[in-house]
Parts: sequence; structure tokens; C-alpha cells
Amino acid sequence: MAACCPLNTGKLNIKKMAYDKFTTLTSSVVPLPIENVDTDQIIPARFLKATTRDGFGDNLFRDWRYNGDNTPKEDFILNNPIYTGKILLGGKNFGSGSSREHAAWAVYDYGFRCVVSSFFADIFKNNCLNIGVLPVQISPEFSNEIFEAVYADPKTEVEIDLKAQTITLLSSGTKESFDINGYKKDNMLNGFDDIDYLQNMKSEIEAFTESRPF
Amino acid sequence: MSSTLFDKVWDSHVVRNIADGPDVFYIDRHLIHEVTSPVAFVGLKSRGLSVLYPDRTFAVADHNTPTINQHLPVEDPLSANQLKTLEDNANQYGISHWGLGHQNNGIVHVVGPENGITLPGATIVCGDSHTSTHGAFGAIAFGIGTSEVEMVLTTQCIMQPKPKKMRISINGPLSKGVTPKDVGLYIISQLTTSGATGYFVEYAGDVFENMTMEGRMTVCNLSIEMGARGGMIAPDEKTFEYIKGRAMTPKGADWDKAMTYWKTLKTDEDATFDKELVFNAADIEPMITYGTNPGMGMGISKNIPSAESVEGGKSTYDKSLAYMGYAENESMIGKKIDYVFIGSCTNGRIEDFRAFASIVKGRKKADNVTAWLVPGSHIVEAKIKEEGLLDIFETAGFVLREPGCSACLAMNDDKVPAGKYAVSTSNRNFEGRQGPGSRTLLASPLVAAAAAVTGVVTDPRDLL
Ligand code: SF4
Repeated sequence: MAACCPLNTGKLNIKKMAYDKFTTLTSSVVPLPIENVDTDQIIPARFLKATTRDGFGDNLFRDWRYNGDNTPKEDFILNNPIYTGKILLGGKNFGSGSSREHAAWAVYDYGFRCVVSSFFADIFKNNCLNIGVLPVQISPEFSNEIFEAVYADPKTEVEIDLKAQTITLLSSGTKESFDINGYKKDNMLNGFDDIDYLQNMKSEIEAFTESRPF
Repeated sequence: MSSTLFDKVWDSHVVRNIADGPDVFYIDRHLIHEVTSPVAFVGLKSRGLSVLYPDRTFAVADHNTPTINQHLPVEDPLSANQLKTLEDNANQYGISHWGLGHQNNGIVHVVGPENGITLPGATIVCGDSHTSTHGAFGAIAFGIGTSEVEMVLTTQCIMQPKPKKMRISINGPLSKGVTPKDVGLYIISQLTTSGATGYFVEYAGDVFENMTMEGRMTVCNLSIEMGARGGMIAPDEKTFEYIKGRAMTPKGADWDKAMTYWKTLKTDEDATFDKELVFNAADIEPMITYGTNPGMGMGISKNIPSAESVEGGKSTYDKSLAYMGYAENESMIGKKIDYVFIGSCTNGRIEDFRAFASIVKGRKKADNVTAWLVPGSHIVEAKIKEEGLLDIFETAGFVLREPGCSACLAMNDDKVPAGKYAVSTSNRNFEGRQGPGSRTLLASPLVAAAAAVTGVVTDPRDLL
């Protein structure tokens, strides 16, 4: 990997780990074959009134998951006990719409560590990387293959190797590599976040501020 | 090397470039509100960090504030708690706070420009995706997540890879009844909601040059709805005229110095973009959306397109139309409306209320319509009164509410009931955006006004 590992120099004053390290993940998959899933569906606005970061998983996909009287909607995939796992497989253009980071928290808090899709909305992807959820973008063909494999056998497992940047459908051996920038990758592998990095360059930032015209 | 407007502003804000990583990107102005900031402060406190430059952050209460009886205590305990948390955090860290009842209060993206926080060549972020609004001034402005809010508070920087560049040019005169909102909805309908993902957009051409600052804000505001990180328009005399003398703009010698810099903020002639799109102003008519994302829009006189002609797959399309209770190839004209909302950071400025008034003047609100007229700020509210628009509204049977985000995201009591139809001047028509089960038709203030007085979807050109 490129020489961008300032987080490993030991110079940083890390107060706490931002989230759990992510190295490899082997898990069954929860399929959500819907395109353009927007963050209003992932976590409806009325749940944004919290002032802490806990408990969002309960309201993940709230209006798709529950009826108005809070009884579960049986036909929604998250309510189907045969599909479990730490990987959420979404349709194309996952996470569009509002920039709310709560959407990523909800995904994380529910227990997913990885979202796989053939296309992600920008801000959602960024938010995920900031909080320890790995977004893995794959080809539409591979996405279809995993959907089919999971429908055929809900126990089908997918392996994600962050170091090697690969995703493998274990039943067929189909493997693809995915993109992630080196900096974010290091952060995820180490459980660090951007604040840890920025804290270490305060004097450079202060000098820059002096040069600003307004 | 020739460069674009975007390059010029971006490059001058890079504190450090990380190899194979993002830029450490400096933020001049940071806006916070009650919904996305509390958790950022929790993060700060748990790490024992402080706010580096409190005078570069501005706190505004807007997302879940009530739009009536703002002088009374907020009833919803969760909203009240968020508002109180914002105030406490602002006070604790020495950040200016424009809470409920403050004369500068309003929607964060409306009050920023009004008070001169928004400047050409500045970088502006907020934990709200429609921060792109401020791009109208030649600023780089975009929405960030709560982790990034925390970063800006404590280091005045965020980590950002530089986006790709797109230019959208539109030339020619706009037709009668076509507003900046229609231009925005038209572009999104052409690009789809993901067509500009990964890009930062510059709007160019005489359509944008001829727009007022309010109109430019409406267009830049909608950039995010086609997936773009943000959108911007080169500053010109109109821009300088707008910002001059506002509370927080540079004064005296600082103004002159800033002007010298601001005048360099345009794309060089031979600069290149990663993508260039050109549209023709004559192709744009008043727009309306028929589906559940902002890309599902069309000219108001057209019929709902068939599934084959729409991106996103047939299942998404069918689901969307079923939710709306509409069918392929239907006309939208004459469809019954239950609610009309004029407001939001897209269309909550004075120009929007003038447009609304131009149609409701001398007419009456339709009996079947509940209308919410929500100014974007107290300053807008005052202008509405000053210009005599309030009289026009009241004579026509409308009530003016107090400023806030209101039915744009329905976090307060302004919720459209399940199954009801709302013509809304806001920016998102997602399922349930305006209340669980609500059905939203995005449109301009003129289309909203036409619906408000007729009770059905109506071509505003018939009433102008
Ligand atoms: S009016 Fe709507 S889009 Fe604008 S800041 Fe408020 S909630 Fe966000």
C-alpha cells in the first residue's frame, strides 16, 4: 500500500478507538433487492431527534419493517428469520438522498458491518467509512449472482478481505476486487478515524488559518 | 495552467494533500443546527476536545421548530431537548446561536446569505445536504455527516477527496411561467438522481447569469438531488451587490481586498471539465414530479412517462407510481390536491412569495386545500409584510406561518397525513418525506399557487 500510514507511527494521541477494527469478514447476507434506497427509508426523519448515538438499529428501515401499529410487516426481508448476517446486499444507488449520518449509524447499530451494492450515493458511502461500516461496490453482474445465490440458499456466505480488497462468494468462488482509498482503508484496518489524524496536524491548520482572507 | 472556478476555490483551501487519500480541506464557515450537531458535541466531549475557532461556526435552530406560536415553549419533548442541547452547546463553546425567536432565525441556508456569512470563494459546510445552496455565491458549499461536523468543530478541517468537475450550460430565454425551480427540476429529470454523483457542478450560461441571487440559490440548492456534491455559479456584479453591507461581510479596506480576489473567481476560457452538459432553455416548461424521487419530474403539460423510458428499473417505477396512486401515461393536470406547502431552503425566499402572490392575488384559496406558507427566515417574513404580500395572502384566505424547515422534512407538527397529496416547493418527494404515507408533488411557487387556488394540479400559465 501507499505510504499514507501516519496512523501507524505511534505519534498520535489517540484517546479512544473510534470503532472496531475491520480486517476480514465472513458472513451470510441479508438481501434487499430495491434500487435507489434513500436515507429517509433507512432511517425516517422522525427518528433524528435523538441527542445520542445509540439505539438507531431498532428503527432501521422502520416504515418498511413495521406497520403503523408497530407490528412487523411479514413480507419485509429484515423480518424474515431465514436471512441473517453482517452483510447487507442492497440494490443500485444505495443511500441516496439526505446526508444524515444516522442512516449509517442505523446500519451499524443493527449489526451490519458491510454494505454491498453495485452503486452507492456519495455522502452515504463517506458516512459509512467514517463510522466503521465498509461499503463494497461490485459489478451489477456479481451483485445479481450474489442475490440469486442467497435466494437459493440463505446460508450462503460471502467473504470480505479488506487488506486484499476482495469480495468472494464462497459457494461459487466468484471473486471481485473493490476500490477503497488507501487512507480510509488504513483507518478501517486500525479502527481509527479522521479526527485522530487531524488532531495531529493542529499547528499546520493554525498557520493556514492565519493566511485566510476572511 | 488554466483552471475552473471550482479548482480555484478548492485548491486554495487544501491544507495538506495525502498521497492516495483525501485532501485535508479547510472550512471557512460552518453552520450547525439542532438535529445533526448534538451527537458531534457528544463526540467532542467524550474525547475531551475543544472547539478550535468558535467564531467560524454559527448555530441556527430550524429543522424541528414549530411554525406557529414560537413564543411558547416547544411542546414536543424530543424537539425541545434538541433545541436546548443546541443552545447549551453553543453557549458552552462560545458559538453564536440564533435560536427560536432570535431576529436572525430562519432556515440555516436562508439566513447564511442574508447575514453575509456566505461569501464568494469561501468554503461552507453544514450537516444538511442542501448546503449546496450557498454555491450561488461562488462558494464551495456542501453537506457533511455528523462525524465531519465534529471534525470541523475541533480542527476546522475535513478530509475530502477532490470531486470531479461537471459544467451544465443553459442558454436562451426562459419561457413564460418557468422559474429557477423548474430549471432545477428539469436538469434533475434529465440527469436522474444519480447522474451527477461524484461531481461538483458549475452552472454556466445566460439563464443563470440572468437569474436573481434568489433564483441561483434555488438552482444550486437542488444540485444535491442529482447526486452532485454541490453546485456553484461564478460571482458577478449581482453577487457583490447582494452581499455588500450585510452584517458579516468584510468592510472598508477588507472589502476592497476581497473584491480584488473575488473578481478572479471565474473559470478560465480554456479550462476543462470531466463532463460538460448543454441544455436549451426553450425546452423547459413549468415542471412537476409524479413519483417518489426528484428525478421523476416532467413538464406539467406532459403525460407521466412509461416505465421503459425511466431509469431505475420497472419494479422501482411501479412501486413509486403505486405509492403515488398514479398510472403510466396519465396527465397530471386536474389531479386533486389536499395540501400546498410554500417554503424550505429551496423556495422560501422573498422572490418565491412574490411569485406565489402573483397568482393568488385577487383569487381565493380552494376549500379542499390546506396551505402552509412558511417563510425561510424572519427577514423574509418582515419583507412579506413590508411589500404588502401578507395582505394579498390574507385576502385570498391564506395564513402566514413563522419561519423554519416545516413540512420540508416534517419533523415538527407540519405533517401531511397518509395518503394525502401535497404540492410542495421543497426539494424531496421521497416516500413519507412530508409525513408517514404522504404523497409529494414537487413544483415551483407558481405551480403551488395555481394548485392552491384551484384545488387541483393546474398549469400556472393559464392563470398568469
Ligand atoms: S428546508 Fe428542508 S432541505 Fe432545507 S435545510 Fe430545512 S430540512 Fe433541509
